[in-house]
Order: sequence, then structure tokens, then C-alpha cells
Amino acid sequence: MALLQNNFPTFLQGFGYTLLSSIIALIGSMILGTGFAIMQILPQKWAQVIGNVYVQVFRNIPLLIITFFFFLVVSKYVKMSGFTSGTVALMLYTSAFIAETVRAGILSVDGGQMEGARANGLSFAQAMQHIILPQAFRIALPSLGNQFINLVKNSSILAFVGGLDLMYQGNMVAANTFDTFSTYIIVAIFYLILTLPLSYYIQHLEHKLKRAL
Amino acid sequence: MSMIEFKNVEKYYGDFHALKNVNLKIDEGETVVLIGPSGSGKSTLIRTVNGLEEIEEGQLLVNGFDLHDPKTDMNRIRKNVGMVFQHFNLYDNKTTLENVMLAPRLVLKRDEAENKKLAMELLEKVGLADKAANMPSELSGGQKQRAAIARSLAMQPKALLFDEPTSALDPEMIGDVLDVMRDIAKDSAMTMLVVTHEMSFAKAVADRVIFMAEGQILEDSTTKEFFEKPKEVRAQKFLSQVEHH
Ligand SMILES: Nc1ncnc2c1ncn2[C@@H]1O[C@H](COP(=O)(O)OP(=O)(O)O)[C@@H](O)[C@H]1O
Ligand SMILES: [Mg+2]
Repeated sequence: MALLQNNFPTFLQGFGYTLLSSIIALIGSMILGTGFAIMQILPQKWAQVIGNVYVQVFRNIPLLIITFFFFLVVSKYVKMSGFTSGTVALMLYTSAFIAETVRAGILSVDGGQMEGARANGLSFAQAMQHIILPQAFRIALPSLGNQFINLVKNSSILAFVGGLDLMYQGNMVAANTFDTFSTYIIVAIFYLILTLPLSYYIQHLEHKLKRAL
Repeated sequence: MSMIEFKNVEKYYGDFHALKNVNLKIDEGETVVLIGPSGSGKSTLIRTVNGLEEIEEGQLLVNGFDLHDPKTDMNRIRKNVGMVFQHFNLYDNKTTLENVMLAPRLVLKRDEAENKKLAMELLEKVGLADKAANMPSELSGGQKQRAAIARSLAMQPKALLFDEPTSALDPEMIGDVLDVMRDIAKDSAMTMLVVTHEMSFAKAVADRVIFMAEGQILEDSTTKEFFEKPKEVRAQKFLSQVEHH
């Protein structure tokens, strides 16, 4: 407890950076993931190829390597902090998984929905936005929830590049106090403060949407 | 003026020749029933009219635009040509009212108050005013189909396509849907192309009957001619089969 009290501002700062990184990466990866999911189902061959290559590349490389790539290589050309490198890497990495999840969701929406919409005069984009994606997200919600929780936990990658996040601050506190055990317990609790409500919120959404159908 | 005109249209699915040298003219305001055995290409033909299927050869003029011309804006065609499907294809994530209001709002930019008023009038007309707030999953098959018809009508199309609109319905639901379609056919400006096995409907409502088999139009007669004595032997056979059903 004394450990928590003495280092509270440090933990809190780490918590803040983890939260910030998670929110940015989550929003970014949802947008990118949805975009690349749609590319994969477009009739144009070139779009499918781009979508597929993107997903395969970012899904099959360890997150740590992507992070180092931005921190060590890209940062030579575009100035970016460890926080930015880690967050961008986390966003791209997660977006590949989200693209797969959303694509599966889109494919499991009945084909009649798109036909009905097009015959009704909606453009492809309007049909996607108003009819297909809302249903696809609902179908994909449980596994999207898993991706979001993984994302929060994976944000600990920031610690490797001086990203000032929870894990990074935990490492600092542990090094200064030598009380490794207590420190990481506290870090774990802070992660739970983020992930548990997220978990419950997703479950709540699932129930709510099930009733709406 | 003709609303729909096929000129030497050929359609293939891969190697399969689905529409063979189709020539067909449907005038504005006409109601035409399309019949034929399963797999004869009725759905394929009707789906080419609003571009859900592309044609490989020939000309297909709808409301004056050639669908085979890549420059033709398909969305513009679809504004004027509605379609009602066998399996309804209502928007599962929208209420009945929203199903009717969505396309006019997005595509026609119809004023919201006016849109709602018109949608409610249409739901009234098809007997679903009390289901406006319900989701499609809460409707019976017949109600779904009537909602789908209201959705098509909300775009105020010049032509309506029906692909076996009552084939997926329980027998006791069919009458209500056919009644609604009969009402629409009375509107002299509306062009209707209907694929159906309901011969009583065809007799009562159609101006013309078209008989298809194996991707070809074998007969194109007035309703009276067709039901008195079809010219084609296969049409005669088909008729006796569906009528003794
Ligand atoms: N998307 C498709 N791909 C390949 N073949 C198809 C497709 N749609 C229809 N067909 C074939 O084209 C023929 C005509 O089908 P269809 O137009 O659905 O007939 P109908 O509506 O008269 O029963 C059938 O032999 C069917 O198997
Ligand atoms: Mg059919």
C-alpha cells in the first residue's frame, strides 16, 4: 500500500498513457480494419489483393517487431516518440485482426440484404453503412470485444520503446523500489480497471442487441 | 412509350446460357406476368431489368437508358425501378417504418416530415400501420412482403418487378399480398413485371402473359389469348400442371 501511495502519480501517469494509447489505437484500428475488410469483399481484384496483403502482413508479424520498425526505422524519416511508434504499431497490428473479424461478419449477413438495398436505390456505400455493417458488427461483436481487450493488454508493448505507459512506469517503480511483486500486482490491477469494464460493457451490448433483433 | 425493352439479349453464367436471344417490349403502365418452369430463367430475366444481373449481349432499355452501356448510371435506373423479392429482403436492422423511409431519405433526400407522412400512408395502404414500430423479425411472412412492397412504392418508381412474391408464403397469407398488388396494378401509370405461379392473379390483372422455358421466351400473348388457348405445346402442358395444382 505504501508502494502505491508513494508512487501513485507515476502509476496514474502510466494508466493515463495506456488509456490514451488504447483509445487512439482502438478507434484507428476499427476504421482501418473496417476499411480493409470492405476492400477484401469488393468485386475489384486489385482491392481484394491490397486488403489481403495488408491483413496477412500485419497479422503475421509479432507486434514487437512492428513497434521496433516504427521506433527505429520509420522514426528516422518521420519524427515520432516511443508513445507514437507503439500506438501506431498497435493500431496497425490490431486492425488486421479486426479486418478479419469484420469481413467474416459481413460475409455472414444474408446476401438478400445487399440486394434489397441496391434494388431499393441505395448505393453500395449507403447499403454498407446503413444495412450491412450494423448487422456485421452485431454478429462480430463478441470477437471484436476480444480484440479490444487484447488491444489494451498489448499496449504494454509501449514499455519496450519508452512509451510512458502503465507497464513502463511499473518497470520504473520496480527498478527503484526492488519490490517487483507488489509493483506488478498493482500494474495488473490497473489493467483490470481498464479491461473488466470493457468486458462487461461488451457483454451488456451483446444482450441489448440480441433483444433488439 | 416502352418502359422496358429487350433487344436480342444474351446472358451467360460462365458457360451456361441463361437468356437466349430475348426480345421483349413492355409499355408504360402495362402489367405483364412472366411464367415458366423452375430454372427457365425467369428470375434471371427480371433481375437484369434493374441491373442485379448483367447481360453479355444485346440491348436492354429501361426508361430510355441502355443498361448494357457502361456509362449508364445504375443507381439512377434503380430509383425508377423497384423490386419485390421472394424472400422479402427487408432490412433486418430497421423497423418497418424505417424500412420504408430509408431509401427516400438517402437517395431522394425527401424532407423528413413528408417522408414520414408518405411512409405511414403507404403502410396504411398495405394494412401495416400498426406494425410501423416493429422489427421485420416480428412480422409474419405476408406482413413482411407487404412491408417490402410499401418500401418499393415509397420510391415512387415508374416500374415494379416482382419475383415470385408469394412463393415463400403460407397459403392463407397469399391473398392479402395479391390484393395489394392488384391495387397497384390499377394505377394506370405503373409498369409491372411479375413472376408468379398464381394463375388467378394473372388472369385477373395481367395485360399480357409471357411464357419462358430454357432461357427463351416461347410465347408472348395477351392474357385472354393465353388462357383460352396457349399457342405453344409446352405452355399448354405447363398451364395444365400449375392449374391442377
Ligand atoms: N448466379 C448464378 N450462377 C450460375 N447459374 C445460375 C445463377 N443464377 C441462376 N443460374 C441458373 O440459371 C438458370 C435459370 O435460373 P433462374 O433465372 O433462377 O430460373 P427461374 O427463376 O425461372 O427458376 C438455372 O439453370 C440456374 O441454375
Ligand atoms: Mg426464380
